[in-house]
Amino acid sequence: MTDQAADVKADACWAAQMLALDPALGACVRGGAGPGRAAWLAAVEAMAEGPVRKLPLGIAEDRLVGGLDLVATLAAGAPRRMAGLLEEAAGGIVVVAMAERVAAAVAGRVAQALDLQATDGGGFGLVLLDEGEGEEAVAAALLDRVGLYVNADAAGTVEVVDLEEARATLPLVSVEDAAIEALCGAAVALGVWSARGPLLALRAARAAAAVSGRAVASPDDIALAARLVLAPRATRLPADQDEEQEQEQEQAPEPEAAPQDDEDRQEAGELAERVLEAAKAAIPSGLLAALASGGAARARSAGKAGTAMAGARGRRLGSRPGVPRGGARLDLVETLRTAAPWQRVRGAEPGRVAIRKDDLRILRREQRSETTTVFMVDASGSAAVNRLAEAKGAVLLLLAECYVRRDQVAVVGFRGREAAVLLPPTRSLVRARRSLAGLPGGGGTPLAAGIELGAAMADAVRRRGGTPSLVLLTDGQANVARDGAGGRARAGTEALEAARRVAAARFAALVIDTSPRPNPAARALAGAMAARYVPLPFAEARVVSAAAGRAA
Amino acid sequence: MGEAYPFTAIVGQDEMKRALLVAAVDPTVGGVLVFGDRGTGKSTAVRALAALLPALPVVAGCPYRCAPGRVAGLCAACETGEPAMVPVPVVDLPLGATEDRVVGALDLERALTKGERAFEPGLLARANRGFLYIDEVNLLEDHLVDLLIDVAASGENVVEREGLSVRHPARFVLVGSGNPEEGELRPQLLDRFGLAVDVTTPQDVPSRVEIVRRRDAFDRDPAAFRATWAAAEAALGGQIEAARGRLAQLVVPDAVLEDAARLCLALGTDGLRAELTLLRAARAATALDAGFKKEGVGEGGAGEGGMVDRAAMLAVAPLALRHRLRRDPLDESGSGSRVARAIREVFPTAAPAGRAEAA
Repeated sequence: MTDQAADVKADACWAAQMLALDPALGACVRGGAGPGRAAWLAAVEAMAEGPVRKLPLGIAEDRLVGGLDLVATLAAGAPRRMAGLLEEAAGGIVVVAMAERVAAAVAGRVAQALDLQATDGGGFGLVLLDEGEGEEAVAAALLDRVGLYVNADAAGTVEVVDLEEARATLPLVSVEDAAIEALCGAAVALGVWSARGPLLALRAARAAAAVSGRAVASPDDIALAARLVLAPRATRLPADQDEEQEQEQEQAPEPEAAPQDDEDRQEAGELAERVLEAAKAAIPSGLLAALASGGAARARSAGKAGTAMAGARGRRLGSRPGVPRGGARLDLVETLRTAAPWQRVRGAEPGRVAIRKDDLRILRREQRSETTTVFMVDASGSAAVNRLAEAKGAVLLLLAECYVRRDQVAVVGFRGREAAVLLPPTRSLVRARRSLAGLPGGGGTPLAAGIELGAAMADAVRRRGGTPSLVLLTDGQANVARDGAGGRARAGTEALEAARRVAAARFAALVIDTSPRPNPAARALAGAMAARYVPLPFAEARVVSAAAGRAA
Repeated sequence: MGEAYPFTAIVGQDEMKRALLVAAVDPTVGGVLVFGDRGTGKSTAVRALAALLPALPVVAGCPYRCAPGRVAGLCAACETGEPAMVPVPVVDLPLGATEDRVVGALDLERALTKGERAFEPGLLARANRGFLYIDEVNLLEDHLVDLLIDVAASGENVVEREGLSVRHPARFVLVGSGNPEEGELRPQLLDRFGLAVDVTTPQDVPSRVEIVRRRDAFDRDPAAFRATWAAAEAALGGQIEAARGRLAQLVVPDAVLEDAARLCLALGTDGLRAELTLLRAARAATALDAGFKKEGVGEGGAGEGGMVDRAAMLAVAPLALRHRLRRDPLDESGSGSRVARAIREVFPTAAPAGRAEAA
């Protein structure tokens, strides 16, 4: 590993050639739109055999998987079917731009199509362009099903090569057992649990070998596959056995004439180590740090799955002109009513109704938006003494109630110098429990930062169409200002300012005073926030939960 | 649909396979819920199971897959009564499917081109006599889950909308899967599933190598791979069929009924559904295992019908009960181990819950 940048470039180049050769590998290209990404895609398109189609974000269901072509049907007076984009892309590649914003329904359909083609043959390759930042992540169902992970910013130039020969070689490439074992071993060591990881890696190794014109996958091909497929999926760092192993090797003297199988085993061991080493080297540095500190890169795999479907549910509000597709429902009665006056003019035969596209009416529905309760938990030293455990319990209890109401909860914690998102909006009890268990107490109270982060999250929820409500659990004793400096007076003023902004944004809010006896500071805070104030001198988790339920 | 991966070639995941087999033998057990990580072979197993089952005799062209001689009389095809054989259907219910597509709706095509009011059958009709598989059931919209469970329980789909009034048979085994990390199923829906299993990926390298090796061999040459497993597949298929035949003759002795009630009481599961499912599952499991014991040997001389014993009932108890326990948000221990603990407490002398826990 002499020059990491050069390696990344070479890998992206490899990935493009492998994908063009075997589209079913699929790829996820991370990073914003730019010349690097465009060039990479253009190179793939130039080398690929089949069509390259773009899947737009707002694609309607019938365009995706095919269905009745309503316009043509009306014009022809006989049913006309249209093929979906996934069918049209057979043998080629489907590119999904802004993959992190894809609706759950679309992601589900695409994942299903990928699964079915695995047994049916043919089919398309999927390329996800992931521009997500922060909380935004591509649906896990899709990420799990693509093989190669490419960094767009470091893509560099991709050499366009003729893949004619490689296409002939690909079905003939064999992979030795030791190599399969090495890939599976690396997957386990890196915490890649989905069986698709090593399977796609194996497929990638074959493609790599074919691109280089080899009939047997070489250790280089295996290592490349591990870097491109396994490393980006890592959820943990491999246990550091290297040193131990090295020591063992030093101690064990090389037998002069090793038996054949022993030699084989040694070679296999070396290959396994090399594959793991390659994968480890390719783990992005930020991820490495996150993994090392114990917080696995969960945010990535979380996915945003529950996006509501517009127009498909909720209370009826009436109808409007439009074509029923993508989940919008035809309002038959209104459609007929619109068409009725024109029947004579249109010369409809007796007993038949002549309906034109303009007559179509679809139902309008009121969308019941989802409630997300954002908990802002004060984990500072003063609060931690006796209240932190109760606050944690309250969040878990409310979450248990949220199953029934299908609400979501999110948790923001603040202590020491800063606030942090402990749990992005979720319904998962498993994740909530884990994130809260990991919340330590102690340090100062950066109240303003905590409120601001909570409000920002509430704002994001609202922009997504949800209804946020805020629950602040604190003793109100702010002593760390926004810039991290100490000082009660300034911290208090800033906290009040932040609280007033919450009131201005009209978020439903609740302040739970966790101090031993009702604290005027907390009450003032609630006033500024236009929030309900609940002093809980001897709070019990269930009482807190009940109060939060009333506020929401 | 192309060729499915052989069920018998699935590495490990014994508990999931067991639950699916039990549901295949007795669909009235009421569906299987599979919770676990991605890429653990959940959907592979469902498809594989359907491919294993004997083909269905149907009326050719009937969208509801009516059996010849027992037609619902809803479509023109049934009037002709032309018999045909079709593979057991597995219908995928995609996330974000609209209610129209699931229950069926006004046939827009015919309404527009012919001015007729006709019913266009939905996914529920297509799943009749087969499997309805829902990946990420925990993310499905609530009203759809409610509807599915209701139809699965009643075995018929009633449509009253857009001037249509249709009721058609919809008997299917509901198989739901999901990852609890991404949101959980409402508790009141959980216990509507008959059986529940938690699957995890095998974490040892040899099993994972075996998974990859077999899957890879299948991907490269499905026909040859299926040929190697054909004998095992045929044997298991025969076993399921034999078990179905045996089911009606199996007797559940009062002592076992009592044991089941005591276990459910100890676990605090509400309602009779738990006990009923537990007994049905025990019966189906016994019917399956009887195939291994060979014709009447060791069957206690109960003539044609065998007996369901306590060990069989306890062995399926984790499958039938683990998702019915009162949830305690602060309890970290898995629900499967809570069932096992209760079994140890209630039946200190019984052998530890065997096969079903082994996974």
